[in-house]
Amino acid sequence: MTIGLGHYLAVAAVLFTMGILGIFLNRKNVIVILMCVELMLLAVNINLVAFSVFQGNVVGQVFALLVLTVAAAEAAIGLAILVVYFRNRGTIAVEDINAMKG
Amino acid sequence: MILQALAFYVFAAITVAAAAMVVVSRNPVYSVLFLILAFFNAAGLFLLIGAEFIAMILVIVYVGAVAVLFLFVVMMLDINLTELREGFLAYFPVGALIGAVLFAELLLGVGILGAGSATITGLNAHGAQVMAIDNTRAIGRVLYTQYFYLFQVAGLVLLVAMIGAIVLTLRSRPGVRRQKAGEQINRTKEQSITVVKVPTRGGV
Repeated sequence: MTIGLGHYLAVAAVLFTMGILGIFLNRKNVIVILMCVELMLLAVNINLVAFSVFQGNVVGQVFALLVLTVAAAEAAIGLAILVVYFRNRGTIAVEDINAMKG
Repeated sequence: MILQALAFYVFAAITVAAAAMVVVSRNPVYSVLFLILAFFNAAGLFLLIGAEFIAMILVIVYVGAVAVLFLFVVMMLDINLTELREGFLAYFPVGALIGAVLFAELLLGVGILGAGSATITGLNAHGAQVMAIDNTRAIGRVLYTQYFYLFQVAGLVLLVAMIGAIVLTLRSRPGVRRQKAGEQINRTKEQSITVVKVPTRGGV
C-alpha cells in the first residue's frame, strides 16, 4: 500500500472543508475566523507541495513558500487591525464591526 | 513502505483532528494550541513526502511566528467568551451543508484526477533528475535564479506588512512623560544655565 497523490489531496480537501466550516460556525469571533483562514492556506500549501513532489517539479514548492510569506503578512496585518479595533471599541464581535457601513 | 503508510495515516489523522478542535474549541487559547498541533503534523506530512525545506519553514514561520502572534493577541484582548459563542449551533446546518458540498466537489476532483488520463503518479525524467539532489538545494537553485524577482517581492511584502503593523498599532498617548534623547543631548550651556547676580543679604 503506497501513499499516492490522492491521499495528500484528500487530506488537503478535509482541511479546507474544516476551514470553511469553521468560518461558518464561529461567525462572531474574528480571531477564530483568521485561524480558519490559516487552516485553508495550509490545505492549499499541502496541495501545492503534493503536486510538486509527485510531478517532480520543484516550482510548486517555491510557490508554497510565497503563499507562506503572504499568509504571515496577512496574519500580522489582520491581528494589528484587530488590536487597534479592540482598543477603540472594546469588542471584536463581528456584528458590531459596522463603522464603515454607509 | 508499510511504515511510511502508517506514519502518513497518523500524521493525517492528527492534523484533521486538530483542525476540527480549532473549529469547535470553546476557548480561543485552546484553538491556537490545536492550530500549532495541526501545523506540526502538516510539517510531518511534508517530511514524509520529501519536502524537507517547506516542512522546516512551516515549523519556523507558522508555529514560531504566526501561531505565537495569535497567542499573544488572544491573551492580550479581554474578550467575552460566552457572548462570542452565541449562535454557534444556529449556523451549523448551513455551514455543514456548504462544507459537505465543497468536500464532495473536492473529492470528485481527486477521483477524476486518479481515474482520468492525466494521472500524475510517477516521476518524469526531469523530475527524477531534480529529485536526485536534496530538496533544499533544488529549491535554492530555482529560487535564487529563475524566481529571484519573486523572492525579492516576497521580502517587500513582508517589509510592508511589518511597517503596516507598526503604524497601525503605534499610538502617542498625551500626558505621558517620555525621555527625548535628542533634545537632551542637543541642549547647550546657554539654554540650561543662567547666571544670576545675587545681591548681598537680598536673596534670589
